[in-house]
Amino acid sequence: MDEPLNLVLFSGTDDRLQAASVLAAGAAALGKPGNVFLQYWALDAFRRERIDADHGLAPEAGVEGRSRVDALRNAGQVSWADTFRQAKDLGRVDIQACSLSMDLLSIEPDSLDPMVDGVEGVTAFYLNAGNGQVVFI
Amino acid sequence: MALLEITSTVDARGLSCPMPIVRTAQAVRALPSGAIVEVLTTDPGSQKDFLAWSRATGHELIEQSGDGAIYRFVIRRK
Repeated sequence: MDEPLNLVLFSGTDDRLQAASVLAAGAAALGKPGNVFLQYWALDAFRRERIDADHGLAPEAGVEGRSRVDALRNAGQVSWADTFRQAKDLGRVDIQACSLSMDLLSIEPDSLDPMVDGVEGVTAFYLNAGNGQVVFI
Repeated sequence: MALLEITSTVDARGLSCPMPIVRTAQAVRALPSGAIVEVLTTDPGSQKDFLAWSRATGHELIEQSGDGAIYRFVIRRK
């Protein structure tokens, strides 16, 4: 239980980010530390001005998937952003932006949502990952 | 069985995974050792979740019941 859960987030669609936030929250609830590394489109979704926007769904969702996701949201499901925030509040969840992706997308650190704790490279991420699993979403 | 005095109730009905566990963990954090927390959920997955959470965190799952629609868990904060 003490090994961190390490999530590398690449995809920026709402369904994948929702799934990732559930993993982070579950780990936090169990007292397991979590490290989240934001790359590419996931990083882009964490922009302060975009975080609450519609980020679409993975292609396999289709029309049926879209309506099911909307139904759950209308029933009051917590957003992935709020689930990450609650996970941070509950346990040790550190969220870092990948410095390469920051360059790629020309993002300034202060344009990211405040729940992002900093910017780091892959080496620091691996150091913090310890012997925990690394999951790529 | 002795009657348990419930310190706090977490109403997680209508919430899907992971919220029942997250809400419970948040509630438990604020309570003193020995406090009794009652949780109500409608999420079918919560049965296994609470068993696992109890085992992993050491907060004892004293009681669990469910009628297929609503599940009830009673937890003693360690």
